Amino acid sequence: MTETSILEWLQAVKDPEIPTISVVDLGIVTKVSINDDNVEVTLTPTFAGCPALKILEKLVKDRLVEYVGIGNVEVKTNFETTWTTDMISEEGRKALLKHGLAPPKPHPGYLELDVLSDTPCPYCGSRNTELKSPFGPTLCRSLHYCNNCLQAFEGFKPV
Amino acid sequence: MDFFNEKHVEAAKDLLYKMADDQLIIGHRNSEWTGLGPLLEEDIAFSSMAQDKIGQSEHLYNLLHELGEADADTVAFTRNANQFHCSQLVELPIGEYDFSLMRHFLFDMAEAVRFESLTHSGYEGLANIARKFKGEIKYHTMHAHAWVKQLANGNDEGKARMQSSLNEIWPFALGIFEPGQHEDTLKEAGIFEGEESLKGKWLKEVTQLLNACNLQIPTDSKPVFGGRTGNHTPHLQPLLDEMCEVYSIDPSADW
Repeated sequence: MTETSILEWLQAVKDPEIPTISVVDLGIVTKVSINDDNVEVTLTPTFAGCPALKILEKLVKDRLVEYVGIGNVEVKTNFETTWTTDMISEEGRKALLKHGLAPPKPHPGYLELDVLSDTPCPYCGSRNTELKSPFGPTLCRSLHYCNNCLQAFEGFKPV
Repeated sequence: MDFFNEKHVEAAKDLLYKMADDQLIIGHRNSEWTGLGPLLEEDIAFSSMAQDKIGQSEHLYNLLHELGEADADTVAFTRNANQFHCSQLVELPIGEYDFSLMRHFLFDMAEAVRFESLTHSGYEGLANIARKFKGEIKYHTMHAHAWVKQLANGNDEGKARMQSSLNEIWPFALGIFEPGQHEDTLKEAGIFEGEESLKGKWLKEVTQLLNACNLQIPTDSKPVFGGRTGNHTPHLQPLLDEMCEVYSIDPSADW
């Protein structure tokens, strides 16, 4: 059992609200410590008010205890690492697209509204899109409209 | 928190309580727009911001729990109005949309300044949280800026309404920065830079946008203080009664 194998096992744990992306590719698993047979996994929240936090802790724990059979697993959530959308992996970005969510653009540590304004449409790839609202059906999503294929779509907003 | 002595812990608690209570109560007020927003997108925006604020309040209550206070649910749902440390600004009823929007602008700009400052706090748990909240609140202030500008620079009615709300809210907004009794301790411990200093930064920021919208800041307003020491408007207790209704019926319920 190594940190790498733990992360591989956790690839099977998906975000309950975006079931195409794993917790690892989402970048929220920030630390794995192994001490003999004890494993401690640290998660960091995507958004402070994300209702999936408790569920994620349970899913991670269940995966390691029940599937892998590790005896003692502790999962904790804290803010020691500040999650940003730049922590989403390349695989993760593809997984978001697969769910119809435009992946977040990289940002230089600060945000301006125009970071959201020319989000490419996840359906047709057009950049002829407009931002309707920086707030969407979940805290992590924004609402957009594509003037090319005339469809509304959601984006994963950069933080 | 071994770098705190007892005096520092008391001072940190005082600071955390007022921030957490502000977040919880404004979150509750924002949530009252769910299903009632003037546009679908605004309904969603206020609901999302409510969720952010309430989520943030939980993490601040968790820090209080680490400092020896009861757990988040107990603290949030079992106190009466006189035990709350929120500013009176956040407890005022939502009123019409212009009122809620102006309050949202003034309050969220104050939070942006506060959490930016706290990213440099010597209290590590609070600094970590502040770094995260800062990124989330950025969306709130962008939202507030966009709509205040749009309505104040729109037709005469929009401008008049925004000005009238600003006049009404301004003294309450100044009340956010009511100095606490532990300010010197907080400064000395490197936890917090103090309300007066924050107020200066906030004034600079909000004046910029209000000027750009040709809105006049009331010049003879006295700040409305009292919220931080448990003196509230008659609007807070009914809000708490409603917010705590489910919890009061069965505090042991698991949901």
